[in-house]
Amino acid sequence: MTPAFLYALVGIVLFSIGLYGLILYKHLLRKILAINILGSGVFLVMVALAARTGDAVPDAVPHAMVITGIVVAVSATALALALMLRVDAETGQAVLPEDREE
Amino acid sequence: MLIDSPHWISIIILLPILGAVASFLWRQHIVKIALTTATGTVISVGILSWQVISNGVQCYELGAWNAPLGIELYVDGLSVLMLLVTAVVGFAISIYASAYFEGNKSKHFWPLWLFLWSGLNALFVSSDIFNLFVTLEIIGLSAVALVALSGGAKAITAAMRYLLVSLLGSMLYLMGVALLYHSYGTVDMVLLSLRTEMNPAMWLIMGLMTVGLLLKTALFPLHFWLPAAHSSAPVPVSALLSALVVKASFYILWRLWIVVFPLDNDAQVGLGFILGVLGSLAIVWGGVKALQQTRLKLLIAYSTVMQIGYLFLAFPLASIMGWKAALYFILAHAIAKTAMFMVAGNILIHKGHDRIADLYSTVQHLPLTIVAFSLSGISLMGLPPSGGFVAKWLLLEAAIVSGQWWWGIVLLVGGLLTGAYVFKVLGYAFIQENSTNEPRPIGISKRMEWTALSMALFAIVLGFIAPFVLGIMDIGSPFTKGSL
Repeated sequence: MTPAFLYALVGIVLFSIGLYGLILYKHLLRKILAINILGSGVFLVMVALAARTGDAVPDAVPHAMVITGIVVAVSATALALALMLRVDAETGQAVLPEDREE
Repeated sequence: MLIDSPHWISIIILLPILGAVASFLWRQHIVKIALTTATGTVISVGILSWQVISNGVQCYELGAWNAPLGIELYVDGLSVLMLLVTAVVGFAISIYASAYFEGNKSKHFWPLWLFLWSGLNALFVSSDIFNLFVTLEIIGLSAVALVALSGGAKAITAAMRYLLVSLLGSMLYLMGVALLYHSYGTVDMVLLSLRTEMNPAMWLIMGLMTVGLLLKTALFPLHFWLPAAHSSAPVPVSALLSALVVKASFYILWRLWIVVFPLDNDAQVGLGFILGVLGSLAIVWGGVKALQQTRLKLLIAYSTVMQIGYLFLAFPLASIMGWKAALYFILAHAIAKTAMFMVAGNILIHKGHDRIADLYSTVQHLPLTIVAFSLSGISLMGLPPSGGFVAKWLLLEAAIVSGQWWWGIVLLVGGLLTGAYVFKVLGYAFIQENSTNEPRPIGISKRMEWTALSMALFAIVLGFIAPFVLGIMDIGSPFTKGSL
């Protein structure tokens, strides 16, 4: 097993943990964190798979993609956090209506 | 010559972005800047379309870097029609919104909408799966912010749910992009179409990308986020989301399915069958739920769930005629649904509510609006001579040619359900009642009534210009593998 393959595997594990958290946790902050873990999983897979040629110089294209992906993830997280605060202010709980506990 | 310049492809993306930034910076002139940008974008799309119609497919290499390293933009018949419908709907909504929004909301609406427009234009001309991811995110983030614009607990929670679903969809898609790049060393669709082959990794890629995009397209049973988001947004935004935004992710799935995924005809028919069944369920479920609604905007939102179902009936047919039918559905639905949401907006302002059971006397006060509702309803039902009729006709023909007549039954059931909910609304709107305790209805701007009516008329006209539109669809033969 090459280190790159191990990293990719960890990425897939992170992706699954994120998916699990996103679906099962009710609090919006946990959901937002879960999305970020899931995204990090994808980025880790991309970075790890960039070492596909086996020699010392990895492929730079996936790195460029990951940077773009991080920019997108940061903006999305900012928007999500702002929305979460508004949900909390409007409804008194930072959860979606279907997850409310009365 | 200016008109022959190859740069129009990039202008249709750049212009709305510049307009968005300008309208954000100079807020005292926001409506003027926004309407100028909208007009400019429509003209640029028009020139680009003219180039494609007269000279065929147009390519553009950003910064003169060619694929695989650079980003290539590509416009064929399919792209042109998507760009044109975006321009028509976008322009009508810009006019409508200039009368609909005032004050603070106007300041937030225009920059977000122009960003969204830019993202849509960029998406329809990209032939690079990573670039498509970026455009999808531009669209997703601006669409979520636009939903939240109407404020209030309902809209904010709908926007929050929409954002989470949209991000999950993008991440699934991005994982697919990562694996495709790893396996085949390129993100360019043309090169991918030459290299992809069926193996276990490819099945995983297809699964991830398809599920991710279906989440964003809201195909049954992944539509759960759509009705709340589309119905609680401000009316011009609802129209944009239903008419254009859900079609954007559908467009990517479509291109992948035809060009990138290594499916032979049998695999397309077999896997397409699953999508066709989900589409049929969407039609029945969306139609029944629409009938049950007591609020006009929710009814229209469920009607979108239903109309998305029609698009997926083309997948099991896997024929050029079937794909053309799906494209015609997109065009007809975009125009008719825009008109219908505008009607809902007019009624909402006029009456102060959109309870269907209390729509009496609307026809006396807003005759043009009710005509617009009826005409767009005709197109959604698929009655001749509307655009919806051409779409259904093509799909029926494609179903019979491929020996899968049973999809025709779904079309029939869908048409009946649509008829039922359209007439339910009209029935209430035609009741005359002279109640005195009702607060005096508010007059609405003529501009809003006329834009709704022109869009509805255009939905009908779409049935008459079918030969012209179908001719454009053949440019660059977008529906055959290896076409890009």
